Formats: sequence, C-alpha cells, structure tokens
Amino acid sequence: HLARSLPLSSERDHLRPRIDLIVFMIDIKSKYSLKNVETSLAYVDASFFLGKVCFLVTGVGRVNACSIDTNAVCKLGEAYCSPVLFCELELEGVRVATAQRLLRILQICAGHIPGVSALSFVSLMRKSDVD
Amino acid sequence: ESVDAQKIAWLLRKAWTLYSVTPLFRFHRARLTEYARLLSAFIAAEKRKGLAVEVGVELDIKVALTSLADLRGSELDQAALLVQLSSRSQTSSRNSEDKLVWSGWFCSMFGDDFSENVLEDFTCLPLFLSHGAESYTTLVGSWFQKTFDCCFRRLAISPLNLSWMVAMWAGCKLDRAASAVELVFSVPCLSQPLDISYAIHPEDAKALWDTVQKTPGEITQEEVDVFMDCLYAHFHRHFKIHLSATKLVKVSTAVASAHCDGIVKILHSQYLPGVLMLLTELAISQIQ
Repeated sequence: HLARSLPLSSERDHLRPRIDLIVFMIDIKSKYSLKNVETSLAYVDASFFLGKVCFLVTGVGRVNACSIDTNAVCKLGEAYCSPVLFCELELEGVRVATAQRLLRILQICAGHIPGVSALSFVSLMRKSDVD
Repeated sequence: ESVDAQKIAWLLRKAWTLYSVTPLFRFHRARLTEYARLLSAFIAAEKRKGLAVEVGVELDIKVALTSLADLRGSELDQAALLVQLSSRSQTSSRNSEDKLVWSGWFCSMFGDDFSENVLEDFTCLPLFLSHGAESYTTLVGSWFQKTFDCCFRRLAISPLNLSWMVAMWAGCKLDRAASAVELVFSVPCLSQPLDISYAIHPEDAKALWDTVQKTPGEITQEEVDVFMDCLYAHFHRHFKIHLSATKLVKVSTAVASAHCDGIVKILHSQYLPGVLMLLTELAISQIQ
C-alpha cells in the first residue's frame, strides 16, 4: 500500500489488512519529502517503533543534487529507534537489492521467520551500525 | 588577513568556473618562468596539431605564471598561483597591447586540515577557478595534469551547500546599499522546464538571519535550515508552492553568487577570504 502522507484515510479502515511494516521514503533531493515524513511520524502508533518502521533514503547516487543533511536523517532514525536504509532507485541492481532487503524485513515483521522477531532484528541492525 | 582591494580587483565580478585539484607533485615556485615557457610551447604544439582554439585569426598565445603571496588564508596555506593567457594578434601593429584571453588560478584558503596530511613533494592548492574559453581550460588543465600528476574535476555545488552560502552571505553586513538576495529553483518532473526566481530585500534577509543565528561567527546546519524554512514558508503562504520540493540551483547576494554547476561570482572584496574558505572546503571534500 502506498500513501503520500499519514494519517491514512479512515474510509477504508475496515477493508485494510494488518500493517506489518511502514517504510518512510525520503528523497535526498527534496527537503519537502523529509518534512512530510516528519509530520506523518506523529500519526504512527508507538508500538510500530518496536521494529516495524524503517526509513528509506532514495536518490543517494547523486551527491550533487543533495538538498538534505544526511546527519539529520540518521538522527531521525536514532530518535525513532528505526533503521535507515540508503539506496538509489535509478540503478537497477541497487533497486532490486533494496527491494529484497525490504521484503526480508517485512517477512520478519509479519512473523514469518521463526526465531526472529521485529524487535530483535532491529536491535541486531543497530548493533552492527555502531560497529 | 585584510586583502588589499586593488590587488584583487581582477577577480571580482567575473564568473569563475570551479574545479577541485589534487596535490601537485614536485611543483617548484622558483621555476615559474620555465613553466610558463613550457606551457606556452605546449599550447603552440597543440594548436599546430589542429586543436586550434580560434579559427581564422592567427593568435600567438603568451603565458604568464604569477605567485600571489597575499592570496592565502594562513601561513600554512600555499600562496595562490595565477595563470594568464594573453594574445597578441600577428596582423595588428607592433604597438598593440596583449589582450587577456583566459585566466585561471589555484588557491588554498585555510585548507590546512588537508595539507597537513600530505607528503613532502606535494603542493596543495585544492581550489582552481577559471575564466575564459573552455578549450583553453582544457589545454592548461591537461598540461598541469601531465606535468604535476594531478587531477582536475569540475566542482558542482549541491542545493544543501548553496543554502549554506545564501544564509552566510545574506547575513553579511555591507556598508553600501546591497542588491537583492535571489534564489533560483528548478522544478523537477515537468514536461517543460520551469524556473522559479525568489527575490528578497537584502535588509529583510539580513534581519531574518540575525534572528536565527545564535552565536556570531558560528553557523550551524540547524540555523541554515530554520532560515531556509522561513523563506519557504513565506513563499508557500503567498503562492501555495512548496519550494522545498524543488531544486535550488542558484543563489545571489551582494557578497557573491553561486550556481550549482560550480560557477561563482565574487562581488565584494570584504568577504573574499570567507567565500574562498568555503569553496576551498568544498574542493577538499570532493577530493577526499
């Protein structure tokens, strides 16, 4: 399910399946996208931040078009205890790899991987970031 | 630190194209006349090969290399190096003056972080600025690359860095009446390109920056963000357009103007060291 911002329209609440993972996409070329994500975060229930939220920063291939301070995004990830992934959608290889990564995270969040919970996975990711 | 206005008048109000340059290997300042001669011969040879710059009039290119001792940040910086190409048309009279056709200069303004880690035989002048035909820039650049084993790369300026520049320069105190602060945005994803030009009265811009900046002489990313957000919010209130979703491509203030393609114009001698220091920093981060 794709949405431009949160909150989601309440019209379709009863038809919507359970949400296992929320990926907030931030375009490095658009400060507006970051502001939009920051505003939308307020509408997310606190329970999601136990490993069911991740930030995806796109457009990182073009350093010269950067309108956002990447430190600010990393700080955002830290503040919300959620991983920050960087990718370049215009490169097919990276696009496919990122999609596979997100799919894996989704499988964990949906409880399809026995022995790994969303929370344990996210603390694993955070530990490897620090290393 | 104060720069003699007369001495640097030549670099004001000219559009300079920016490059980052890796350290020069075995460059000796005592040999400038020899280098000038070699570069002149190289240019003449390239022309004979058919890579002529100007078609038609036969131009004799004279090369001058000058060391600019005052153009540096600290004693740790290398003095700037100026390269000038002048032409004397062979068809005109003997008394005709040389006409400057191209100039380029290497400089390092407070680039000591970079130069302190460099080995002995290397000279650090990470910022290169050129003005004149690109064909001459290519000729001079290839000679320097061959002779000193260095590498030139165009220096682009990201929207993030442009916003730093406009915040810094809009906040500068100027004695004379200043020109407007202008920001140009390019709107993405449209069938026809659209540019938005946003002009602000310089006093309003300075007043805004003064309310944002907490410590004089220090600028943080947060302060730059607040400054830009105020400008964006003001624009949105009037035109219902989110400038933050567009690409900032050019900023203009009374101090200097800069374009994302890596072209700057320095308009005021007073803040020259500050402008060059920022550009040196950008060049260094591109090299590293």
